[in-house]
Amino acid sequence: MRIFFFVVALLISYTSVQAQDMTALVTKVKAKLDQVNDYEADGNMKTDVSFIKAPIGKVKVYFKKPNKFRLKKEGGISLLPKGGVSVNMSTIITTSDFVALAAGEAVIDGFKTKIVKLLPTNEASEIVITTLYIDEPNLLVRKAITTTKENGTYEMQMSYGAFANFGLPQKVVFSFNTKDYKLPKGITLEFDDNEKPLSEAQKLKNKKGRVEITYSNYVVNKGIADSFFK
Amino acid sequence: MWTLIQIELYKIFRRPRTYIAFIAVAALITIIQFGLKVDGKSYADFLMKDIGGTMEIDGNIINGYLICYIMLQLLLVHVPLLVALIAADMISGEANMGTLRLLISKPFSRTELLLAKFFASTVYTLLLLVWLAILALFLSMWIFGTGDMFLMKSSYVVLLSENDVFWRYAGAFVFAALAMVTVAALGFFLSIFAENSIGPIVATMSVIVFFTILSTLNIPIFNALKPYLFTTHMISWKEFFDIQVNDANEAIVGSIQNPQKIVNSALVLIVHIIGFVGGSIWIFNKKDVLS
Amino acid sequence: MQQIVQVKGLTKQFKNLTAVNDLSFSVNEGDVYGFLGQNGAGKSTSIRMMLTLIEPTSGQIELFGMDLARNRREILRNVGAVIEKPDVYKYLSAYENLELFARLSGIKPTKKLLMDQLEMVGLAGRANDRVKTFSQGMKQRLGIGIALVHNPQLIVLDEPTNGLDPQGIADIRNLILHLSRDLKKTIVVSSHLLSEIEQVATRVLIIDKGRKLVEGNATELFDPAQTIVELQTMDNAFALEQLKASPWSTYLQAQRNSAILLKLNRTEIPALHTALAAMQIQLLSLQPRHSLEDYFLQITSGNQHVDTYTN
Repeated sequence: MRIFFFVVALLISYTSVQAQDMTALVTKVKAKLDQVNDYEADGNMKTDVSFIKAPIGKVKVYFKKPNKFRLKKEGGISLLPKGGVSVNMSTIITTSDFVALAAGEAVIDGFKTKIVKLLPTNEASEIVITTLYIDEPNLLVRKAITTTKENGTYEMQMSYGAFANFGLPQKVVFSFNTKDYKLPKGITLEFDDNEKPLSEAQKLKNKKGRVEITYSNYVVNKGIADSFFK
Repeated sequence: MWTLIQIELYKIFRRPRTYIAFIAVAALITIIQFGLKVDGKSYADFLMKDIGGTMEIDGNIINGYLICYIMLQLLLVHVPLLVALIAADMISGEANMGTLRLLISKPFSRTELLLAKFFASTVYTLLLLVWLAILALFLSMWIFGTGDMFLMKSSYVVLLSENDVFWRYAGAFVFAALAMVTVAALGFFLSIFAENSIGPIVATMSVIVFFTILSTLNIPIFNALKPYLFTTHMISWKEFFDIQVNDANEAIVGSIQNPQKIVNSALVLIVHIIGFVGGSIWIFNKKDVLS
Repeated sequence: MQQIVQVKGLTKQFKNLTAVNDLSFSVNEGDVYGFLGQNGAGKSTSIRMMLTLIEPTSGQIELFGMDLARNRREILRNVGAVIEKPDVYKYLSAYENLELFARLSGIKPTKKLLMDQLEMVGLAGRANDRVKTFSQGMKQRLGIGIALVHNPQLIVLDEPTNGLDPQGIADIRNLILHLSRDLKKTIVVSSHLLSEIEQVATRVLIIDKGRKLVEGNATELFDPAQTIVELQTMDNAFALEQLKASPWSTYLQAQRNSAILLKLNRTEIPALHTALAAMQIQLLSLQPRHSLEDYFLQITSGNQHVDTYTN
C-alpha cells in the first residue's frame, strides 16, 4: 500500500513538473518570436475552398508587435477565412495570462512535436483554446489548432525555411470550416441545371476550406509606422 | 450590292428613331454608374451577404469590371428591344411608308435587297454594342478603376485576376454581338409578314420573352426544348467569366471552364441567323407586294 | 415600230379572286397607252405584274422584246414607275429622295441632273425641304421626278392623278403630253376616269373584272361616230362562230350578259344588219351605245356582268 501511494505521489509530482515545463517551453517559443518587432513579406496566396474559384494571388503581409497585422493584395481582391486572418504565432501566443498543459506528442511534417494546450485565463479572450504542436529542439510551432468564440475552429500548419531563426514561416496552411454557399438561379440568370447531386463524401469535403500562403522576401525589423495598419 | 448597302445604312442613320436606342443605352448606363458611385458600398455589402459568413473579402469589389458585368446582365435583356426597333422595321416599315413597291421595281433582285437590309441592320446592331462597350466597360473602368473581378454564380464564386479580365470582355462582347444579331434576324424575319412596324417589333419581343421563360423554367417537359431555343444560348457570354481549376483547386489563369459551351451556343445562334435570314429571303421572293 | 410591251394570256389568281384573267395587249413605241377600268378591275394588279411586284399565275410579259422573268434587271433599268400614291421617305428632303432613288435605279446622279429633274417637276424651290411638309400634289410630282430621273424609255403611271386637285390633274396631264410628244417616251397610264385617259392616250385598253373589254386606237374609240353595239341572238354560240369566220371578226370585242359586243362606226350598222341576216343569225336585238363614254360608264356602273372573253 505504501509503495502504491509513493508511486502515485511520484507520478503527480512528475505531472506537475511536466505542467511547469509546458509554460516554460511556450515562453521560450514566445521569446524567440519576440525578436521580431515588425516585418513585411511577399506572399503567394492560394485559396482552396470548394465554392471559390480563385487564382494564386500575390499579396504583401505586414506585421508589427504586439498584434498589428495586415494582408494586402495590390489593386486586387483577397478572400480570407473570417476571423482567422491573424496568421501570426505572435498574435496567438500574445496573451501572458494562460495555462499551458501538456497533451502528448505528435509527428508533424516529419518533426517530433510536443502537444501543448493553451487556455487563456482571461474570460474576455476571443480564443477559447489553442492546441500548439511545438518542435522543441528548434522552438518552432509546426501546427496550431485554435477554437474561437465567434469564428469557430481553424487550423494552421507551418513549415519553415530561411527565417526559421525568427520563427517566421515559409509556408502557412489554414484550414477552416465553411458554410454552404447558394444563390437562387433567378438572380444569377443561370438556366441550365447541369449540376449533379453531391455525394456524401463530397458534401463533407465541401464543409472545409484551406488558404495557403507561401512567404518570401521577409524584411524584418526595418520599422513600420502604426498609422499604416489603420 | 454595295450601293444598296450604302443606301440602307444612309436610311437607317438619317432616321431620328435610330438614335433612341443609343440615347436609351447611355441613359440606363449612366444612371446605374451614378447610383453605384454614390452608394456602391451598400451594394457591395448586399452582394457579399451570402459569402460573408465564411470569408472576409478585402479589396475593391465595386470596380469597373464588375460594374460592366452587372450592366451586361441587366441590359442584354433590354437591348433586344432596341435592336428590334430597327430590325423589325426593315421591311414592314417600307411597306408602311409605301416605299416598298418602289424599291421592288428597281433593277436589283429581292435577295440583294434583303441581304443589304439585313447587313445594314447588323451594322446598326454592332454599333449599338460598341456604344454599349464604350459606356459599360471603358467608362466604368475610368470612373471606378479596375481590379480583380469577383463574380457570384449560383453555387460558387469566381475571382478573376485583373490581368485576366479584359480579354474575357472582348470575347463576351463579340458573343453578345452574335446574340443581338440573332435578335435582329428574328425581327427581320417577322418584318416580312407585316405592313406596319409595331406588329413585328412586339412580336419579336414576345418571342424573346416567351422563349426566355421557357428557358428559365425548370419543368421537365420544357427541358427537351431548351437546347434548341436561341434564348438559352444568348446568355452564354457569361461562360467567358468562368474559369477552370486544377486538381489543387487553383484557378487556371487564362482558361474558360466550358469553352465548348461557348462554341456550341455560337453555332446554334449562327444556325438561327441563317435560318431566319434564309427564310426571309425565300418567303419574300414569293410574296406579292400589294402595299 | 418596236413593241415596247407585249402581254400574252396574263392571269393572276388570288385565293378566292381572279384579279386578272387571260389578259393580252401590246404597247408600241411612242404610245401613251391608257389603261381604263373601274376600281378593282385589275389595272393595278396588271401593272404590278409588269413591275415584278406580283408574280403572275400564268402568262407572259415581254418588255423591250425581252422576257421579263429572265431579264428583269436589264429591263427595269429602263422603266420608271409611279405606283398609286407615290410614297417616299418623309424624313428626307426632296433632293435626298431623288438622289437615293436615282442611285437605286443604277445611275450616279450629278447635282445638276437632280436639280434639273426637280425643276422639271416644279420642285426646285423646295429641294431641301423635308417631304413631310409636302402636299399630296407635290409628293405626286416628286414621284414622277423619281420615275424619270434615270431617263427610262418606258414610264408606267398607275392612277397618277389620285387625290389631286384640278390644277394638279392638269399638271400631270401636261407632263404626260410633254414626255410623249417632246421626249418621245412610251407611257402606260392607268385610271378609272375616262376624261383623263381621253385627253392623253393614243391607245386605250378597257378592262373589267380582270378581262379585256375593248382595245384600240384612242382616236377611233373616242370618235363620237364610233359605237359599241350589243347583239342578242337566239343562238349566241352559232352567231359567234359565224361572226368569227366572217370579215366582221375584227369588230368583235367581248361577250357580256349573253350579248355579243362589236365596235364599229355608226354608219356601218346597216351593213351589219344585212350581214347578220345573210349568216342566218337569228337576231333578237341590236343595241348601239351612244359613245365609248356611255358604254364605259354603263359597264363600270357595277350592274353589268362580263362573261366570256372572245378575242
